[in-house]
Amino acid sequence: MKQQERPKILVFSTEKISDPAIDMAGLLKLHYPPTVYTITVPCSSGIKPRWIMHAFEKGFDGVFIAADGTDCPYGESCTDKTARVVQMTQQMMQEKGLEPARLKMAAICSVCSEPFVRQMKAFTEYLSRDGN
Amino acid sequence: MRKKIGVYICHCGVNISDTIDVEHVREVISREEGVVLAKDVMFACADSSQKEIIEDIRREGLDGLVIASCSPKLHLFTFRSVAERAGLNPYNYVQVNIREQGSWAHSDNKEGATRKAIRMVRAGVARVARSEALEKTRISAVNAVAVIGAGVAGMRAALELANMGTRVFLIEREHFVGGRTAQWGDLFTTEETGKQIVGRLYESVRGNENVTLFTGAEVVKKEGNIGDFHLEVRIRPRYVRQPCDPEELQKAIDVCPVEVEDEFNFGLTRRKAIYRNYESEYPRAAAIDEKACTRCGECEKVCAAVDLGQKEEKISLNVGAIILTTGFDPYEPQPGEFGYGEIERVVTLQQFHRLLEMNREKLLFRGKEVRSIAYIYCVGSRECAANEKCKGTHKYCSRYCCTSAIHSALTARKKFGDLTVYHINRGIRTYGKQEVLYEQSCQAGDLYLQFYEDSFPEVSRNGSGPVIRVRDFLTAGRELEITPDLLVLVTGMEPRREDHIGDLMKVPRGRDHFYNEIHMKLKPVETVIDGVLIAGSCQGPKNITESVKSALSAASKAHYTLRKGELALEPVLAEVDREKCVWCDECTDACPFDAIQPVEYKGKKVASVIQANCKGCGMCLPVCPQNAIELAGYTDEEIESMIDALAEDL
Repeated sequence: MKQQERPKILVFSTEKISDPAIDMAGLLKLHYPPTVYTITVPCSSGIKPRWIMHAFEKGFDGVFIAADGTDCPYGESCTDKTARVVQMTQQMMQEKGLEPARLKMAAICSVCSEPFVRQMKAFTEYLSRDGN
Repeated sequence: MRKKIGVYICHCGVNISDTIDVEHVREVISREEGVVLAKDVMFACADSSQKEIIEDIRREGLDGLVIASCSPKLHLFTFRSVAERAGLNPYNYVQVNIREQGSWAHSDNKEGATRKAIRMVRAGVARVARSEALEKTRISAVNAVAVIGAGVAGMRAALELANMGTRVFLIEREHFVGGRTAQWGDLFTTEETGKQIVGRLYESVRGNENVTLFTGAEVVKKEGNIGDFHLEVRIRPRYVRQPCDPEELQKAIDVCPVEVEDEFNFGLTRRKAIYRNYESEYPRAAAIDEKACTRCGECEKVCAAVDLGQKEEKISLNVGAIILTTGFDPYEPQPGEFGYGEIERVVTLQQFHRLLEMNREKLLFRGKEVRSIAYIYCVGSRECAANEKCKGTHKYCSRYCCTSAIHSALTARKKFGDLTVYHINRGIRTYGKQEVLYEQSCQAGDLYLQFYEDSFPEVSRNGSGPVIRVRDFLTAGRELEITPDLLVLVTGMEPRREDHIGDLMKVPRGRDHFYNEIHMKLKPVETVIDGVLIAGSCQGPKNITESVKSALSAASKAHYTLRKGELALEPVLAEVDREKCVWCDECTDACPFDAIQPVEYKGKKVASVIQANCKGCGMCLPVCPQNAIELAGYTDEEIESMIDALAEDL
């Protein structure tokens, strides 16, 4: 049973932009692995690296940031700031011997249901190959 | 920690329970620490269920509520209000989305979906156990609105607000009102001119004691927040007093030695530094172009109303909300784009509208009569990567130009008799009631040719005129050559190129660089900056009808927000731990809303959040090297406990 439950992915999604896309993926019955879990935040540039590190410590195999991109209602600086969060975290990951590719970010717009599902499938595949 | 938590798992008819074993989830959750009640319900949103939940909360004295059902987008507010009615703080409620992100997304894997649901509900319980009872902050609000831009949208919004009893300051950058609409002659689908509409609106604005109009005025400073904005407005001198004798004014215009390009006619003509755009223009007083005028004093000698001694004024306004109706700029083609700027007889649609109005008996362009016209559509709109020639960022359709171009051809026929007209288009979009114009134009004998985005028409020169080569796919891709007397490029809308007001207001712009609303459908005139609303074509291409509709929407929204004189602010705000903070200033840099300021605390400088400015985005969280900032509702404890619950083995 446990094998089936791997790899486990934690998605940080945003309330106004990527959440609607993920919800719509469900509405359209675009299936993705049920080992993908979502935590909603207001904006992807407000994710603390320590939350991501906490997820790895607790056994998540991958963390995916469904970023607001240029659609962010809080302004255009979001993209750069989210990229900085990823950068900071990947540095911390390297220090802990974690492969930086286990943290992934992509802009998911409010109607990007298909890209989201593709990302989840590809990330799952990547993490499985990774020896999990 | 909350220890009396109630959990409800919704079947949503069979939408959830067909995939997820709801009974099993309930059973597992009922054993969770802190859960004193766990039930499954057929429809949690039904009236009877809501009543049951309220009774349970009261009877059991619940201090936390979790409902696992559909997306919070649907029912977060429904269930927050259930909590509130039962006397529970609405922020001690957590919704868990086991439908869109559970049963529907994983309908192919019932067991997997059930296991995911268990973890998700556990995470919800963990979060609610650590949730705080947040209270909305109440602030007082000034029932006054600044409307920026006195075009049709701005004037219409101002009137609507004024009639509802809100005080309005209407601020126009130019010396005249009417914006783009004043530049148009006959308008499509109604038998009136842009000038007539502007005139009617201006008279109503003038007659309304709740509206104060400033022309030649710009907002130069904005402080404060929703309910209490402080604006500083700079008013440029007009240099011409009222009343002004028309004969003397004409003399003043004649003696003025300065000539500049006339923006009102899109550069087709030139005007003097002392000017008015048309006779009936509002306000009915000429003005002197501050930038162009050399202060030579010639006009002052012949016209008693001229007063070059007038000084700039600065005034302060206190308003509760701001509506931006700053309009658009027409797309300016690149030099050489379809011959523009290089071949003489190539104009933009906006220039053509001016030509139609300026000419009386014959349609003349640079002294030569125009008997045949070709239009090339979608210039500066619907740009796409498929073609080198239109690789720009204007991916949108400008909405009004198909109708406007066809209408201009009909107007030209009506005014100047029979013409030969070619519409070289990428598909005609005269949507809705405007379709009748397309039909009229076809019946009048206009010819329609169509091209794809990968085979653009080529324009070359023949003397001063253009030669257009186009492959028309309506006639099976036949190559045609057209040599019209005039080529009109159907240019669309762009965001204002000079836009200091957008920067000042910190209004987010979309991918197309127009101002961005929060939600196209559900919050179409609100921006993420509380109290700053947008309407008209500054938020994207719109025709006059659509601009006015959005203006009325923004007006009612502003009035509704301010009418009670008091506002409740969302409590999801950043909080600074003053003990930990060392004022490194990183958070002030990260905050796009000027919501963080330094204050003195125990003999040191620390960051403090200005509640009314904070939007709860959290951008300040990851940059703090001391981890001294938390976002209410998204604290480390809440998020990390959710991660723990999601990671836990079953």
